[in-house]
Amino acid sequence: MTIAVLQFPGSNCDQDAFHLFASGLRLPTRYVWHKDTALGEADLVVVPGGFSYGDYLRCGAIARFSPVMRAVQDYAAAGGLVFGICNGFQILCEAGLLPGALVRNGCLEYRCLTCTLAVAPAGPGWNPTVLGAQVRLPIGHGEGNYRIDEAGRTRLEANGQVLLRYTENPNGSLDDIAGIRNERGNVFGMMPHPDRAFERFHPSQDGLAIARAVLAAKSPAAGKQSA
Amino acid sequence: MNTPALPPNPDPLLNQAITPELVKKHGLLPDEFARVQQHLGRTPTLTELGIFSVMWSEHCSYKNTRPLLKGFPTEKKGATAQFGRVLVKAGEENAGIIDVGDGWAIAFKIESHNHPSAIEPFEGAATGVGGIIRDIFTMGARPVLLTNSLRFGELESPATRRLLRGVVAGIAHYGNCVGVPTAGGDVYFDRSYEGNPLVNALCLGTLRHDQIRRGKATGVGNPVYYVGAATGRDGLGGAAFASKELSAESKADRPAVQKGDPFMEKLLIEACLEMMAVPGLVVGIQDMGAAGLTCSTCETASRGGAGIEIELDRVPQRETGMNSYEIMLSESQERMLVIVQRGREREIEEVFAKWDLHAAHIGSVTETGRMVVTQHGVTVADIPAPALTDEAPIYQREGKPPAYLATTRAWTPAGAKLPDLDAAGAESALRRLLAHPTIASKRWLYRQYDHMVQHGTVVLPGSDAGVVRLRLGDKEKFIAISNDCNGRYCYLNPHRGALIAMVECLRNLVCAGATPLAMTDNLNFGNPYKPENFYQLQECVRGLAEACRFFDVPVVGGNVSLYNESPEGAIDPTPTVSVVGFIEEEAHITRQFARGAGERLILLGGAPHELGGSQFLGLIHGLKTGDAPAVDLAAELRLQQLLLAQIKLGRVRAAHDLSEGGLMVTASEMLFGPADGAAQLGATLDLSAFASGRRDALLFGESQGRVIVAVVADTAASVLAAAAAAGVPAHAVGEVTDGGRLEVVGLGAVLAWPVAELRRGWETSIEVAMQRPGLS
Repeated sequence: MTIAVLQFPGSNCDQDAFHLFASGLRLPTRYVWHKDTALGEADLVVVPGGFSYGDYLRCGAIARFSPVMRAVQDYAAAGGLVFGICNGFQILCEAGLLPGALVRNGCLEYRCLTCTLAVAPAGPGWNPTVLGAQVRLPIGHGEGNYRIDEAGRTRLEANGQVLLRYTENPNGSLDDIAGIRNERGNVFGMMPHPDRAFERFHPSQDGLAIARAVLAAKSPAAGKQSA
Repeated sequence: MNTPALPPNPDPLLNQAITPELVKKHGLLPDEFARVQQHLGRTPTLTELGIFSVMWSEHCSYKNTRPLLKGFPTEKKGATAQFGRVLVKAGEENAGIIDVGDGWAIAFKIESHNHPSAIEPFEGAATGVGGIIRDIFTMGARPVLLTNSLRFGELESPATRRLLRGVVAGIAHYGNCVGVPTAGGDVYFDRSYEGNPLVNALCLGTLRHDQIRRGKATGVGNPVYYVGAATGRDGLGGAAFASKELSAESKADRPAVQKGDPFMEKLLIEACLEMMAVPGLVVGIQDMGAAGLTCSTCETASRGGAGIEIELDRVPQRETGMNSYEIMLSESQERMLVIVQRGREREIEEVFAKWDLHAAHIGSVTETGRMVVTQHGVTVADIPAPALTDEAPIYQREGKPPAYLATTRAWTPAGAKLPDLDAAGAESALRRLLAHPTIASKRWLYRQYDHMVQHGTVVLPGSDAGVVRLRLGDKEKFIAISNDCNGRYCYLNPHRGALIAMVECLRNLVCAGATPLAMTDNLNFGNPYKPENFYQLQECVRGLAEACRFFDVPVVGGNVSLYNESPEGAIDPTPTVSVVGFIEEEAHITRQFARGAGERLILLGGAPHELGGSQFLGLIHGLKTGDAPAVDLAAELRLQQLLLAQIKLGRVRAAHDLSEGGLMVTASEMLFGPADGAAQLGATLDLSAFASGRRDALLFGESQGRVIVAVVADTAASVLAAAAAAGVPAHAVGEVTDGGRLEVVGLGAVLAWPVAELRRGWETSIEVAMQRPGLS
């Protein structure tokens, strides 16, 4: 199994994501530079947090045009697993790989704190038994306020795509949404940081279970993807 | 005056005659101007005058403080060949470096951005963070931790709220984006900082010994590169601006405030560290901070004993028509000067191309010892490099004790007939103290800072000291950091106030389970030409040096910020200290929060009995008077050694020192653990042993050298015995309960407070204040 962590100019949680998989789960993990046009062999592509391109224009709006994102589009289209954390979630929304958008926090300030999140019950391709009903994960963002139009919202709920909800909403997010997946179930995005919840001294070690749950979404038939 | 004049500058504006008015406008005294002429053997051009003006400003030259700073110890006596050696000393480079073992080291330094933050709080604070980060990675270190030390006027003032909001947003904007955790800090609110806030930012980085880089230009013919952002007209003469008092006209100095781009800085960090990892490529490197291109060229040349020649036409510029004065004095951010090994130009250019950054070859190292600047083929400045650095003027100023000291030191509660507290007064005083912004939770600030990025933060903001895990190759090490300085004590007794800043900082580290390693200081004072201000500076430096020597904590670098005055007068003297401590084992990490009912509370250090300079006097009686609390360095050392030993034995569940607000504030805060904790804790304190003294001084006085520890119940006797053996006064004063009530018995009527209510006031006080509008 190989994990590929993307690096954009301004990514600053790339090492955090790397260590979640490499040190936390002891899986072979490597970086992929944003100018690369191919991902190489990978069982999961992680789009890490940070401030890609300084969040200029709009969070994630420039990163989606990086050469590597074309490869990520193809990889996802072929059923490969993609996981966006924080800025990675914003990038995946901008790229159209996940529905909706993330706007400025309702409080108009950055928020860094640890949140309790309600985990969605099991569904096809989502087996949260490893997680329990609630997890605790840190957040760190200024634009984590999830928004989607009414039709999109209905679809999200009908398909069981909302995976994590804040028990105390820190950013004004619609329906307390903190993390979602796409309809097909192979692209995941969340504002909270599992990559800050895996060491013994972290506020929790729930990040490991989150990472395992995402990896478990890989259908056995899909095999190794490369693009 | 026999050297021929330079040719006319390409910009006719720069060819005006150098009049005494012009010299004065550049902040140079007539004597200093005469020295400039001597160094050059002729009258300087306007560009050269600008260069001397910034390099001889206090900010760059330390001309009024250099003799004082020589008193600081710069080496660690107890260092071994494996640990604790100072590898780069204070003053040698942009930041000091200290060995943490296994071939690894840490670089850290604190620096002020007070004046820019007073005028333009957001950009001022943001670029303060950016500047200190560059000081660290220019040494070859990867920045892994930021802290800050802030001082503001009282929050009742709308102007203060505007400043606080802007400063915090600026720090957050820069630190969050650049991806370095802001995991510690301290904040005080006091009228003396009204209009002249203090914004001191600290950065710490990690590196291997063989990665240490220096700001030296050596090797004649080696190319000089300019990397990073393009130069604009922002921040013109910022260093000179920082060396003036603030006045109503200061807003006209806004162009002297720089604008930061943390994204650019992030790219610059990565590109520079990548470049420095290439063996033998980089000969020297220095950031362009205060005085920009001027300072970085003359300092690298001077340190290397070489000359440097640069051509301004090759400097990347983001505005057209900039003249030599503007380019040399610009303080545009996110720029570095790099001296590269000749013949390896392509290697550096490739690294910067990868990161889409400028890397412009602007000149070369020469053997002349002079800094020569050309533009459009004309020499516009030609100055011996040491004239700007080592040979800058140095002054031995006169200090004179301020007149108020006679009155404040003579003050006693008895002499002033200050009534002692009754039970109701004591209950109300604790509520009010906990809600005072200086004591209250700083959550409103730190929740805006990313304090968890890089996933190494162990003790989150809000405890006595911040603790981070350093990932050093395949090793991990834990360090603690704390900032301290109570300006009120320094106002009332500068020498003692500085001692207290140090011992309290060290005590905070020991409470976290750390052994103090090294210190960086930020000396924030008023205009040194006023003898009263200089006296405060002298005395504070003497105090810091004394404490550093006593505890064998070397000073590895720092910053001096003078002229901190507003029309209201000088700030309280504020020699902020930051000490880094080393934690031997993860299991030693200790927080200030009691962990469960049944833990025994032991007061180490004896009963508090002083009121001078306390927050209690300020808040409850409106007085800033008395003498600062007494300091006994030997007793402090005994206390700290005892505490650390007990922590290492696993007996201490929580430790919290007595500081602002005294015993009752400390006891309360120990019950304010992370909100997700189990049932609401409480505590019962029996203070009958101390009932004979003044109640206000016992409950809220700020006597030094005191810590409350919460210990495992069946080890309490052993802790008390160890204290007795070590000669540290120790009293079992109570225990942690699960009743959610804080009670004091033994002083007559029982004093009682619901912990939840105390906590609410403490936790939300700043938030509530900040909901009121600020000035825009």
